[in-house]
Amino acid sequence: MSDSFIIKNLNASIGDREILKDFSLTIPKGEVHAIMGPNGTGKSTLAKVLAGHPDYAVQSGEALLDGQELLGLEPDVIARAGLFLAFQYPSEIPGVTIANFIRAAIVARQAKGAPFDAKAYYAELYAKMDALKMDRTFTARFVNEGFSGGEKKRCEILQLMMLKPKYAVLDETDSGLDIDALRIVSEGVNRMRGPETGLLVITHYQRLLEYIVPDRVHIMWDGRIVHSGGKELALELEAKGYDWVKTELASA
Amino acid sequence: MDTLTSPALTGILDSALQSADSAQFRAHDWFAILRQQGWHTFQSLPMPKRDDEKWRFSDTRTLSLSGYAVAPAPPDAEAAKLFARSQFISRPAGLIVHVDGHCIHKPALAPELTAQGVIFEPLTDALRHHPALLKQYLLKHQAGLGGDKFLALHQAWLRSGYLLHIPKGVTVTQPFVSIHWTLAEGAAVFPHALVIADELAQVTIHDFHLSAQPAIRALAISACDIHAGSGAKVHRLAVQGWSSTTQSFQIDNTCGGRDSLISSVQAAVGSRRARLENIVRIDGPGADVRLCGISVATGEQEFDQRTLQIHSAGNAKSDLLFKNALLDKSRTIFSGLIKVAPDAQQTDAYQTNRNLLLSTEAEADSLPGLEILANDVKCSHGATTGQVNPDELFYLRARGIPLAVAQELLAQGFLEEVLAKVENEEAAATVREMLRVKFHQI
Repeated sequence: MSDSFIIKNLNASIGDREILKDFSLTIPKGEVHAIMGPNGTGKSTLAKVLAGHPDYAVQSGEALLDGQELLGLEPDVIARAGLFLAFQYPSEIPGVTIANFIRAAIVARQAKGAPFDAKAYYAELYAKMDALKMDRTFTARFVNEGFSGGEKKRCEILQLMMLKPKYAVLDETDSGLDIDALRIVSEGVNRMRGPETGLLVITHYQRLLEYIVPDRVHIMWDGRIVHSGGKELALELEAKGYDWVKTELASA
Repeated sequence: MDTLTSPALTGILDSALQSADSAQFRAHDWFAILRQQGWHTFQSLPMPKRDDEKWRFSDTRTLSLSGYAVAPAPPDAEAAKLFARSQFISRPAGLIVHVDGHCIHKPALAPELTAQGVIFEPLTDALRHHPALLKQYLLKHQAGLGGDKFLALHQAWLRSGYLLHIPKGVTVTQPFVSIHWTLAEGAAVFPHALVIADELAQVTIHDFHLSAQPAIRALAISACDIHAGSGAKVHRLAVQGWSSTTQSFQIDNTCGGRDSLISSVQAAVGSRRARLENIVRIDGPGADVRLCGISVATGEQEFDQRTLQIHSAGNAKSDLLFKNALLDKSRTIFSGLIKVAPDAQQTDAYQTNRNLLLSTEAEADSLPGLEILANDVKCSHGATTGQVNPDELFYLRARGIPLAVAQELLAQGFLEEVLAKVENEEAAATVREMLRVKFHQI
């Protein structure tokens, strides 16, 4: 199982609130999985726990990225191991330009002392910004400062495209996006699809999955996956609503 | 104080005042008298003590003036090397370079500047060429914020520095650059900057204070006096990059006339202890003064910042922002006061001090103050001291950026707000590089 991201019996809490309860999920490399679920069910907690957020405590479980245990590692080590988290609410970083920020992230992945090819870097950065319809002057803007919701999400996908992780968790990437931005962001994500990448798309709404069509859909309720299916499950959930989950799936 | 009257310093002072080297100064009796007055004042004042309010939080116990002497002129080869390292700005309006207080490079001003009456000369030349101007403007203010004894010593030893005079209505866009280096171990230097911008003149100044090697022990007591006439625009960048074993004092006085615009950015990375005293006097209505300071303090450095914004005239604005990033066991002290005179109505005066603690052992003290005697003013002061925002830190680390690098990026971002105000890109890049090097010394 060295070519999958395997989460097994993960239990995690914040303060004295248990949020993830024996959460298990396997994402084979090359597949796109979606997690849907109502607010407060632990979707964002899952994303943050996997990324190593210091506010959450892991009680037990495993998170094996191509065989490498991520739980207990520092957030930057997890990222360099190949897991990318696209934030629901990306932080604003005053005084740090997008160009310098992504550059620092790339340099962190290079061998110590290895030369940095600035020319190739900017060529790639500009090409990907063009694809995301981001103005090139954004390179000199401070990370997310004064960005609209859509600009912040495009900036997340730009980082995803530049850092080329093995696996990525996209946390509510569709929130705050108008339909045009949603289409552009989804195109960016779809470009990342391929045999070398596994994607986990977390969303509250079925809408995003019209653009990023998943291989598998999982429904999350109260800290764990209660139902899984193909892409049509998203439509079923949309039609039946989360009450269906509550009454039929959660009690199962 | 016994250390100051030690034969080492007094002997050199006496001989300097009598030596052939100072023959040119004797020709200007007023200047010799000024220096002697400085020496007498220096001797009459006590060293600052811990219970002195103007030195509150400063480590006065380690203040010492012993073991320093005025250094001889540098060997030609060393001077040439330092001149080569002085090329931060590719096309300055003029460049003056001093090494251990000796001028090693004088500017050749463009003929059109000379024709317009612009003066940019080392102090030693200006004493011969422009004594009347110097008599009128040189050292006309007391230190006032606690550093009087040090300013008096500066006055007693005054020899190096420059006079910059921009006549009425003249605009010079390229910066005037002055660079002071320390080279000899134990050197005492006393750099002086005198800037006179007449009515409607526009000028940019870059002052760099640097050491040839990172661990040269030195004493630097510097002063900068700016006189901005009506409608004059003066932009100054001052970079304090002395060696990490230097004791430095910088005592600045700025006078803003009617409708003048003065902006200054002071960046500090060097010295074991660095004391900055900055007084702004708003003498004319409509003046607009913007003061910014940044520092990166590491090891056991102490940056001691004392500022005073005096509004004597109404309808004027002053805005101060000092930001310090602290690492290791470093300390910063910011003590700022805004004074508004009774008839300085419609004053806008602001003062902000922000300190970023990157170590649990670092300490930042902040003493903001207001003294407002007018009743129709907008004044505020604020001070914050905190650590890096944990959400921002997690965001950077979630991109694979290691903790130390992430903290450095956030600290540089924190200081960037001030650096962005430096208009000359080469100068801003020079300072950014100095900050980067400073972070990488940890």
